Amino acid sequence: MLTLSRVSKRYNDTMALAPTDLQVSSGETTVLIGPSGCGKSTLLRLIVGLSQPNSGTITLEGAALTPNNLLQMRQRMGYVIQEGGLFPHLTVRDNVIVMARYLQCDADWIAHRFAELAQLVHLPLELMGRFPAELSGGQRQRVSLMRALMLDPQLLLLDEPLGALDPMIRYELQRELKSIFAQLGKTVIMVTHDIAEAAFFGHTLVLMRDGHIVQTGSLKMLARKPAEPFVEKFITAQREPMEQLAKVLG
Amino acid sequence: MNVSRITVSLLLVLWAASPVRFVHSAEEPLAITIGSKSFTESVILGEMLAHLARLAGIRVNHQKQLGGTRVLWNALISGEIDAYPEYTGTLMQETLVSENLLTEAQLGQTLATRGLRMTRPLGFNNTYAIGMQKKLADQLKLRTISDLREQPALVLGFGNEFMDRADGWPGLRQRYQLPHRNVRGLDHDLAYRGIESGALHVTDLYVTDAEIVYYDLRALKDDLQYFPVYNAVILYRADLEQRAPEVVALFKRLAGRIDATTMRELNGRVKLQDEAESVVAASFLEDNLKLDIRFQSHTAWQRFWRHTREHMLLVGISLVAAIVVAIPLGILATRRQRIGHFVLGITGIVQTIPSLALFVFLIPLLGIGGPPAIVALFLYSLLPIVRNTHAGLRDIAPAITESALALGLPSQARLRIVELPLATRAILAGIKTSAVINVGTATLAALIGAGGYGQPILTGIRLDDIGLILQGAIPAAVLALLVQGVFELIERRVLPRGLRSRENGRKEAIFTDSN
Repeated sequence: MLTLSRVSKRYNDTMALAPTDLQVSSGETTVLIGPSGCGKSTLLRLIVGLSQPNSGTITLEGAALTPNNLLQMRQRMGYVIQEGGLFPHLTVRDNVIVMARYLQCDADWIAHRFAELAQLVHLPLELMGRFPAELSGGQRQRVSLMRALMLDPQLLLLDEPLGALDPMIRYELQRELKSIFAQLGKTVIMVTHDIAEAAFFGHTLVLMRDGHIVQTGSLKMLARKPAEPFVEKFITAQREPMEQLAKVLG
Repeated sequence: MNVSRITVSLLLVLWAASPVRFVHSAEEPLAITIGSKSFTESVILGEMLAHLARLAGIRVNHQKQLGGTRVLWNALISGEIDAYPEYTGTLMQETLVSENLLTEAQLGQTLATRGLRMTRPLGFNNTYAIGMQKKLADQLKLRTISDLREQPALVLGFGNEFMDRADGWPGLRQRYQLPHRNVRGLDHDLAYRGIESGALHVTDLYVTDAEIVYYDLRALKDDLQYFPVYNAVILYRADLEQRAPEVVALFKRLAGRIDATTMRELNGRVKLQDEAESVVAASFLEDNLKLDIRFQSHTAWQRFWRHTREHMLLVGISLVAAIVVAIPLGILATRRQRIGHFVLGITGIVQTIPSLALFVFLIPLLGIGGPPAIVALFLYSLLPIVRNTHAGLRDIAPAITESALALGLPSQARLRIVELPLATRAILAGIKTSAVINVGTATLAALIGAGGYGQPILTGIRLDDIGLILQGAIPAAVLALLVQGVFELIERRVLPRGLRSRENGRKEAIFTDSN
């Protein structure tokens, strides 16, 4: 479905991403995880074409990403970022349909698709005329997801989509998001730094450090057969507070 | 909802509605243009010329109180004006100083080679004099300019022109070896007020100044014969003799008819008794040349409307043109960083040129009147709009620009749908700044004959008439507020609703959060 081969990215003197290979299979959710600055967001930005790789190729369904076909390729991907990136001067409705309208899609089709997505993300219809500033953080992320899904992309890319939400809403939205992914059967790539979230969503976890992929596999595999001591350390570091908490509550 | 569409239609409306024609051709046979310098005597003489030409049945346009000899001289050479009152001393000592002319006969020949003529002297020698309060002069026992050497503590203040010209202060200081260090340049008419208040002790006078009597001044004797003779003459283009011989004949009748006492009296009637220059000029012609002068004087309202029209036209055309040019420049500056530095640099440099200097720079290219004023105002209006457009676009949160990119919107569409709407507030703020600067700066355009609210201000300064100054200053201030108000209204129309309310702190966060 999506193939990266020897893709690298350098910012001035820093190697943000060393030459990297990655295969993402259709219908699966792949989670990129690792500490801050490990290159996981860079990888996602390269896929959506927000930055250009210094070397290597990215292929989506057999077609290589080039600067010339970038605009068309982006229409086959949906992209959601942490703060949603909604346009503050457009209503919820206009934010979601802006691209479809630009492409002069059929008005009935737009209306139908919009209603379908609103139902999917559980967004009440009375919010559709509001501006992003008039929504809560969770609502904004739902709108952002609607916008990403509007043109029915083959690939959904999410960069810490829940990172800015408070824990209660985050928990609720995680569950909804997972069920949405399951309903849609889409190929999803998500970036997070939270191992619990990664395990909750991901069929496949891609653990990264310093611009390299350290290990790829299920959480179970990462925990049982860590490729490096770092893998074990990373998992323990996030698990320990949980166990402490469990002890206190227990 | 589209800024550029609104500005374009504004431009069209302004063009269609423009009641004043700025460009008048010098070739037109039955209309001539008279010029005058920005002091009362020159304006009175200019009004006389205008009356005389009208008497010959010719349409006259009098470009009153243009800013300085150089402006008038160039306008005469280029044919933008046909005649103006001048002084032989000014021509020989300043304008044509490189020719080393010794006699007025030589001056006449030199003028002829440039396609110009002058009448015989009108009858008075309006040379410079150095004057001070009679009381102070008596106290210090000062009779001659040489006596000033003994009083180095006196404060000297000279008209700007006298201060700079070769035959003014620099030459005077050298000839008399004057030791004074506290010497200021200021407007000639303000100098009298300085003398009266005691802030200044010594200033330059013109022999025919009405104020000599009024302020009880003494003209110190020029004991080393420094000042040359400044015989008043009418300077005109040689081709006027073919185009309007009867006008030239009438001009020539002024020769030898105005002596210094008469001129001082005429100046006094305007400056001290508030009579209009055109009235004073007409009554002189009627009494002395036995001519029947009929003229329509304009009412205060007519003048006000003319100044309003002129001012609005100057501001309207220059501002709309600036908006149309500056917004794309601002966009370009954001898209191409190197061009951006260049564009912002150039417009910034233009902003630092003093406005009067810029007006005068443009005269050789565009003549006097509206065109150079509009171009100068246009240039001044660019920077705030370019800078704000650039800043407004650059300050859009990366999360938003990247979201637009990730959706697959092409560059043009991103600009139209996302970036320009988000920069609207900044762009409009730039336009408002430009508009206010523009309305204010346009008052200076009167100095190069473009009219507007600067005209009554200029006349008011010349006549020391606060009321007249306010007749220009208040409407200019009101116009500035009005223009700003119009753009507030436009802002209310074009600013997207989602950006309007700012009470809510969370709304702010959306624009500023970068991810």
